[in-house]
Amino acid sequence: MTDKQLIVLTVNGEEHELLVEPRWTLLDVLRHNVGLTGTHVGCEHGVCGACTILVDGEPVRACLMYAVQAEGCAIRTVEDLGTPEEPNDLQQAFSEHHGLQCGFCTPGFLMLAEGFLAQEPSPTREEIRETVSSNLCRCTGYQTIVDAIEATAAKRTGRKEDAVR
Amino acid sequence: MASEEPRFDGRGGKWIGASVRRREDPRLVTGRGRFVDDIHLHGMLHAGFVRATVAHGKITELDLSAAREVDGVVAAYSAEDLQLGDMVALLDRPPEEFTPTTMPILARGKVRFVGEPIALVIAKDPYAVEDGIEAAQVGYEVLDAVVSEETALAEDAPLVHEDAPSNVLLDVTSFDTPGVDEAFADGCVIELVTRSGRQNALPLETRGAVASWDDRDEQLLVQTCSQVPHQVRTVLARSLRIPERSVRVVVPDMGGGFGQKCVVGREEIAVAAAAKLLRRPVKWIEDRSEALASGFLAREQRYRTRAAFTEDGQLTALESDIVCDMGAYSCYPFTVGIEPLMAAAEMPSVYRVPAYRVRARAITSNKAPTAPYRGVSRPQYVMVMERIMDLAARRLGLDPVEIRRRNVITEFPYTGINKVTYDPGSYLESLELGEKILRDEGWYDLRGKNPHIGIGYSCFSERTGYGSEAFAKRKMTVVPGFDVSEIRMDLTGSVVVTSGTINHGQSHETTFAQIVAERLGVDLAKVKLRQGDTERISYGWGTFASRSVTIGGSAVATAATRLGEQLCVIAAHLLDTRVENVGLDGDGGVIQLDDPDRRLSFEEIADVAYLRSHLLPKEAEPTLTATAAFDVPGDGTFSNATHAVVVEADPGTGQVKILRYACVEDCGVVINPKVVDGQARGGIAQGIAGALFEEVTYAENGEPSAASFIDYLVPTAAEIPDITVDHLETPCAFTESGAKGAGEGGTIGAPAAVLNAVNDLLWRTGVQLEQTPIHPEAVLAALTAADREKAGTGA
Ligand code: FES
Ligand code: FES
Repeated sequence: MTDKQLIVLTVNGEEHELLVEPRWTLLDVLRHNVGLTGTHVGCEHGVCGACTILVDGEPVRACLMYAVQAEGCAIRTVEDLGTPEEPNDLQQAFSEHHGLQCGFCTPGFLMLAEGFLAQEPSPTREEIRETVSSNLCRCTGYQTIVDAIEATAAKRTGRKEDAVR
Repeated sequence: MASEEPRFDGRGGKWIGASVRRREDPRLVTGRGRFVDDIHLHGMLHAGFVRATVAHGKITELDLSAAREVDGVVAAYSAEDLQLGDMVALLDRPPEEFTPTTMPILARGKVRFVGEPIALVIAKDPYAVEDGIEAAQVGYEVLDAVVSEETALAEDAPLVHEDAPSNVLLDVTSFDTPGVDEAFADGCVIELVTRSGRQNALPLETRGAVASWDDRDEQLLVQTCSQVPHQVRTVLARSLRIPERSVRVVVPDMGGGFGQKCVVGREEIAVAAAAKLLRRPVKWIEDRSEALASGFLAREQRYRTRAAFTEDGQLTALESDIVCDMGAYSCYPFTVGIEPLMAAAEMPSVYRVPAYRVRARAITSNKAPTAPYRGVSRPQYVMVMERIMDLAARRLGLDPVEIRRRNVITEFPYTGINKVTYDPGSYLESLELGEKILRDEGWYDLRGKNPHIGIGYSCFSERTGYGSEAFAKRKMTVVPGFDVSEIRMDLTGSVVVTSGTINHGQSHETTFAQIVAERLGVDLAKVKLRQGDTERISYGWGTFASRSVTIGGSAVATAATRLGEQLCVIAAHLLDTRVENVGLDGDGGVIQLDDPDRRLSFEEIADVAYLRSHLLPKEAEPTLTATAAFDVPGDGTFSNATHAVVVEADPGTGQVKILRYACVEDCGVVINPKVVDGQARGGIAQGIAGALFEEVTYAENGEPSAASFIDYLVPTAAEIPDITVDHLETPCAFTESGAKGAGEGGTIGAPAAVLNAVNDLLWRTGVQLEQTPIHPEAVLAALTAADREKAGTGA
């Protein structure tokens, strides 16, 4: 049971050598072994989306993946988007639109949106709504999250009229 | 301070009413927030609980030896091993009204619900904890479970608590005024039985705690996500039998609470005891399955109600029999009275009720215990009142808005039959605006054309400033109410202000800073709020019942005012003038009123207060600090709102979709409109969840239906519509800022409005639904029966 394996994970462009048990989830390893606690745990069974990260550019639920499966992948977590001094445009939009209250679900929504907008730069509001329906937020009622993503998409694609000021 | 946009960004000292950006966001959007599970202490161990797998049973065997053998397991404890004091939540009521029960920290001898903690396993990592839990041996003699009101109240019912014969823990006839029977004798009588399902408040961050013992300090540090840290400290000290000074409770960032975290959990106590025994930090993080099955629940209530009306639609009497299923234990500190007493005291809601009789009971059952949940009982009694209005309107041939107009309280302050005095609100105005929105947008026309569309309203108020006088009426032996604040200015003119309330999504760091910035006349950036630390905050009652801004915010404002006065006294002395001749200038300084060129900045005053105190006037003490306590007098403050909803039912599936949701709310002076909108929308989402989706049901043996998010339907962005929020502002007379609370209204109004809208479209079917959540099957059954009938009669 304690036969651990040495793996190398590439997280936010940095390589980490880690000794892990095969049963440890990527979520736990990121949080507790790599020390990046921005990725949150809401259910550990793949429903809430609080643990969403990007693996090779795709939004993935880190609780449904074992750390050993992620070797050789490019992993991005919320810590890679921006810093408190310099949040990225999506993070700023979440703040501007009041897209968070307790902020617990926020990293998951941000990573989901970041991956989604990379694939679909000009989504309709309905498409955004449908995409974010894969994650749970208990505080906001979702509308302001949709607003924030819509505004970011508009700004990124240069649609000035409803861009974030 | 030139100001182009005087209101919007708080420039020109106008911080109140400004939608300033949240100051908590930079850390939260970048993953730098610190939640309990993010805390990692050196040498930390992990904890988990062996939990009951049967709802009701005697423990015949509890063998932890195999668990202790598991690789990585450090210790395993039973109740016997820990010897902790029980939690006892009491009401000061006679035995015929209230039966006290105790909640042991770990089950002793008997289990009373699936998920009840029986033993604690401590291991080197969370995976080994799971292995240890699995290895624990527990044997039961299974007893019959109490899972329904009928079983609980039956003659030969199995007893959940041996010392509580009849399974009734609270039975009060709160009101029985003259005139009830007369009104029923000659009025138009509406009768209905309403029910609401058991729900989980479901903060996205589950409960958890990290406990550690410091030998040098002889102090236990418990970092936990709690809405009431000082009350957690009290229970920890009592249960562990140590002085309160030996316990420090710290609350880091918190991922929601909604009431579930405003009671003291058993787990934090057990984990703290283990940390003290082992002299090592111990972390417990509840997993989602535990949170669903054994987290505190709420809302399972049944009302049997009668209401009498005159022919012209005046409500003349109200009578209700209320039963709340409080589950296996009485929560600390609120007790099993939380739901029934709230319902009985406030049921008349926004309407004039001339005669009132109400009986309210709390029953115990073999289900997870209950705690306050956003709105506490108000979603339920508002549902009753709003259903009554709609049913009476139908019966009397009146428009639903018109009947409300005839009954709603319009003169303030108004003292109701329930002996509650309501402060001024905009009950009628909000109702009329709600209706106008729907009419102007053409929803009534659309409903005229489409039989599957319905319109519903709910009009309600909510007590938000529950001061100690208001809580004392409930006769808890622990009476919440006041709050304390301390403010300190440093040499740079910045202030740190403390509050006993706890931010867990409500933006306190922003709105409290706005209050202080405006009061003191400093820039927002100069204000820092500290909360959630029993060593730093002298005392506080935490955050629940929308009390933060009303009570906590008022304490903060008063402390800021006192600091301002202190600054003026010193400044007057330094400027060599009378104190009446100086004032805060709104820009971080004090000016001489008759000669505004003579001014001292806060930094200059602070320099004297700290570094050259020999220059201070006689009446001033060194340093710049002020404290203030605040309590709302009398019956408190009432926010109000009207929710206007349009729904469409899918005739093929019975699925209800919300087409339009308009909220018109009045929480007095709005400190930050975006924050209030957010509270309203988030609350409404939870109310819609209760109306249409969420319910924990139980099998006959007491097994809960909801063990994962697969079985518990939490609405997503696909189910929650966009919601408009309009603000009316009736300033509050009792609070410092004129603000009333805004945390719960959304959740309170939504179930009634949605239920009324669904029943509006179902009216033609002859079926009315009086229960939440509204199941698609029930809607479909009503629609198809009606359609079949229509086809049969050739209509
Ligand atoms: S924690 Fe991974 S989906 Fe909930
Ligand atoms: S902001 Fe609290 S869960 Fe989304």
